[in-house]
Amino acid sequence: MRIHHYEKLWLMIGSFILIIFLSILAIQTFFLDMGPPSHAQTINPETVRESELFANAALTEIGENEYKLAIIAEMFAFRPGDLEIPAGSTVHFTLASPDVTHGFKISDTNVNVMVVPGHISKVSHTFSEPGEYLILCNEYCGLGHEYMANTITVK
Amino acid sequence: MAHVSELPTRPTGKVVDRDTTTRIPIEDVRLSAANLSIAFLALLFGGLAGLLQGFVRSGYLELPSWISYYALLTAHGVLLVLVLSSFFSIGYLYAGTSKVLGGLHPKTIGFGWAGFALMSVGTVTAAFFILAGKANVLYTFYTPMQAHPWFYVGLSLIVVGILLNCVGMFITYQSWRKNNPGKLTPLFAFFSNAVFVLWVFASLFIAVFVVGLVIPWAFGWVPTIDPMIGRTLFWAFGHTLVNIWMLTSISAWYVSMPKIIGGKVFSDSLARVAVVILVVANVPGGFHHQILDPGLSVGLKFLHVIQTFMIIFPSLMTAFAMLATMEWAGRAKGVTSLLGWWKILPWKDARFFALIVAMFAFIPAGLGGIINASNQINQVVHNSIWVTGHLHLTVGTTVMLTFFGVSYWLVPFLSGRKMTKVLNRLAIAQTIIWASGMLIMSGAMHINGLLGSPRRTADTTYGGHNAAADWAFYEMFMALGGIILFGAIVLIVYIWTQLAFFAPKGETDFPIGEDFSEKDASPLFMDRWSIWVTLGVISIAIAYVIPLFDFISGHNPGSLPFLMF
Repeated sequence: MRIHHYEKLWLMIGSFILIIFLSILAIQTFFLDMGPPSHAQTINPETVRESELFANAALTEIGENEYKLAIIAEMFAFRPGDLEIPAGSTVHFTLASPDVTHGFKISDTNVNVMVVPGHISKVSHTFSEPGEYLILCNEYCGLGHEYMANTITVK
Repeated sequence: MAHVSELPTRPTGKVVDRDTTTRIPIEDVRLSAANLSIAFLALLFGGLAGLLQGFVRSGYLELPSWISYYALLTAHGVLLVLVLSSFFSIGYLYAGTSKVLGGLHPKTIGFGWAGFALMSVGTVTAAFFILAGKANVLYTFYTPMQAHPWFYVGLSLIVVGILLNCVGMFITYQSWRKNNPGKLTPLFAFFSNAVFVLWVFASLFIAVFVVGLVIPWAFGWVPTIDPMIGRTLFWAFGHTLVNIWMLTSISAWYVSMPKIIGGKVFSDSLARVAVVILVVANVPGGFHHQILDPGLSVGLKFLHVIQTFMIIFPSLMTAFAMLATMEWAGRAKGVTSLLGWWKILPWKDARFFALIVAMFAFIPAGLGGIINASNQINQVVHNSIWVTGHLHLTVGTTVMLTFFGVSYWLVPFLSGRKMTKVLNRLAIAQTIIWASGMLIMSGAMHINGLLGSPRRTADTTYGGHNAAADWAFYEMFMALGGIILFGAIVLIVYIWTQLAFFAPKGETDFPIGEDFSEKDASPLFMDRWSIWVTLGVISIAIAYVIPLFDFISGHNPGSLPFLMF
């Protein structure tokens, strides 16, 4: 078994690029706090609607320009529904599903997280630009999946 | 060539004229041809479902009330990514292995037919419940969505059938080794064995999921199921399936392409190293489908990104080997200029043309894969129709065009006929039409995904919301691509029918390349699969023990079923 000179070179260049790629991903993940949403906490899907966290959930101010909001992702809507938040504020979303798996995607942002029954998902975002954002479910959740959408108006 | 050399005494069949054709036993021909014919039917029906989806999504068509977009989507996925790919792989790999090892073992034929029967019954069962609207769960069937219990029984029959085929392949492979001590197995047989080892890895995960968890739950014997365990087991299977197609495809690139262009295999040993890496490092790649899932820590997800990236290495080796094979073939014919070898490649041979277009499609497909697997960028594209575009470049273009290319020698090889000039020209046209259709459709999907359009959604107008306004334009191109592709499917079905039943009789060979030099042959230990299987199990353990242990011990309350019919 022998490896051609050019192939060695090609594989070395390739590996070098891969290492750079992985290093960038590692720096983003571990030093810049850009890791993917990975909250690990369980919740019984049957009691999501009555739970302390999600029952009567509303946008709550927890600091200057900082809000928290618990959202139930269910077939085929997000509750609470259409929202309004002040421009420049950071919102910490907490999500859970009482039924099947849903996706939580806010258009024109990188907010994108899976909502799997049995687990609580968390994701945060700062809305600097005013406008009407579309929240949509991007994981097939049943025959009414395409109707599962709401809006966030940033003023 | 020991164990089945007393072949010609066996009875001859009706479709095949033994005097004019095939150097493999008629039993092997029949088994292979049966598998291929189901694959071709699956392409026709699955493609039709895809065409209709394109029309519905772009708003050109409203379906009758008895069938939903999601039933079509489920049929499209199950028929193409599972049924078509596995039947084709089995038919092709059995025929090629029979060719290089001098026939399949008689027991392999038995396992092969038993597997074929189970897979066929499973396919018909699953398809029936999908079309009856009792299984609107898509081919990923994420729990706790629940389909009719017999849909899952159908799927598990397909998987058990595949496992029987694995046993069949291992019997032939090992019996050849036993009868040929001290000899290296032919490269094609090595590829086949690798594909079936991967099938075993993949099948075990899906079997535990479907048979162990989903079926008892679907019949109501247990009340709840853990959706996160389901997703994890599904993707351990689902991503491995991807590399089963890829490995099947690149076997043709490594072994047959050199012979077609009049060259030789660039390096037997490096080919085997690439195969082994693909087998050993493969299964954990499934986790990059779960980068945005809850319940998996950021550190664990990073480990999985590294494990997914391992697959890039053999892809780079393949890219080098393919171009080197082509250049050396040209040099051997006396070409001295820098790129002259490129011009003298057999561009007018449909077998080569389909393969090289497939290879070119793999460049953007592979780059897209790196993007999808990268932790942070995944957040931009996850579950958007970008991912659908990616899948149509990988399996839809790279794998399918390779399968088409393979069929241009495999079908006449089995039927004892010859490709005519006209059919060859049609096949080249088919390749161009298919590639253009995919380029248009997949390109539009990639762009739309970046604009935020979700995949797997029947209608994306969202009440005329601004954010969704730009998507319709590209959906038009998705539908256009779908029409072109369906035209290409009609054409390939015509070519296959001609090659199988009507083309002039004659001898078509299964091209098997020879090694460039003895020095490049692999050491014998490469054939010791116990080493690679052990390493594969270790790599699976590194990835899966922690998360599965977490889910099982995490007191997840479990989910009741939600019926999708």
